[in-house]
Amino acid sequence: MPEFELSVNGERYSVRAEPRKLLSDVLREDCRLTGTHVGCEHGVCGACTVLVDGKPSRACLIYAVQMQGHEVTTIEAVAKDGKLSPLQQALHEVHGLQCGFCTAGIVMTFEAYLRENPRPTEAEVREVLSGNLCRCTGYHNIVRAILRVANEGRDAPA
Amino acid sequence: MMNMRLVQPADLIDLNAVAGLDFIIEKDDCLEIGALARHHQVANSPVVKKHCALLAEAAGTIGHYAIRSRGTLGGSLAHADPAAQLPLVAATLGAEIVVNGKRGERRIAAKDFFVSMMSTALEPGEIVVSARFPKAGAGDRHAYLQFSRRTGDFAIVAVACMLQKRKLRIGVGGAEDKPRVLEDFSPEEKPEAIARSVREAVDPTESPRVPALYRKELVEVLVKRAVAKCLSSS
Repeated sequence: MPEFELSVNGERYSVRAEPRKLLSDVLREDCRLTGTHVGCEHGVCGACTVLVDGKPSRACLIYAVQMQGHEVTTIEAVAKDGKLSPLQQALHEVHGLQCGFCTAGIVMTFEAYLRENPRPTEAEVREVLSGNLCRCTGYHNIVRAILRVANEGRDAPA
Repeated sequence: MMNMRLVQPADLIDLNAVAGLDFIIEKDDCLEIGALARHHQVANSPVVKKHCALLAEAAGTIGHYAIRSRGTLGGSLAHADPAAQLPLVAATLGAEIVVNGKRGERRIAAKDFFVSMMSTALEPGEIVVSARFPKAGAGDRHAYLQFSRRTGDFAIVAVACMLQKRKLRIGVGGAEDKPRVLEDFSPEEKPEAIARSVREAVDPTESPRVPALYRKELVEVLVKRAVAKCLSSS
């Protein structure tokens, strides 16, 4: 079994895994980072979304060996020193999660998206959110949480 | 494909590390886009929006944000899903697919590149390196519409429409085993009449989940709307 190095959340992990092992499985089983959830395992549900070099990617559609030389960021790196990110805090405050299975993927998707488009419209938020399935919330409070973060710093809150 | 256990290749080569294939270059008569350009990059490129707005619009509807951030132009063309956006746009615009391998570079017209469902004119040992999309002229208009059951799913039927030099060209994806392009419609014709003739022309494959008749209906409705949208856009 090949041994290779991964850089996840700024830390180096030495991994022994078959080349066919998905990044999502290696993160959970070899790196012991179980915050990344695995739902559909074919790229549809968005639960396993992580950042690869800062860009959102499905960890279930990438082999871990492909990530040599790249930086992977998972949900474990989003809160800093025990302090939730503004997006996590907003999801907490406006009840943007229930069972929480989909939440890690949603946070990773929008940590990236809000950097790219810090002031999205509700329609833009809903379009991007269409890539993450949530079976509990009905999405409304997730949208509210994201818009709350996006509206912070605006002169007049929408 | 591999997650669904539909293919089980013995060997895989990751092309992501190949340098210099993620370009978008404006040439005199075309935009040449490298195989490793990501859909998100294509959809948001000012050059693509300006000279090939149909391509930018269609690329922005592929899958979801995370899929567009990772998925590539070359990957979509080589995969040749009959309902996918980029094969449909390439066929409708008459793009050229540039492939390379041991025998050197070949340029293949989109109409010859897409052979059948998920099968292309690529020979063993060849890869897609880029695609050349003709630039739209001043006054050209386009429309792109698709129908899928959920946002981001592959379309059941997708329609691309171009108005160029007082002629309408209509591409239909998802109905047959590869994109189908019908040319030389007059913009004077009623959208309903054009839609009926496209409906008659396509021969959708029968499937237990999506009956052929349903696809024909979708083709007619989407072509009618796309033509109307194309003629009223500016």
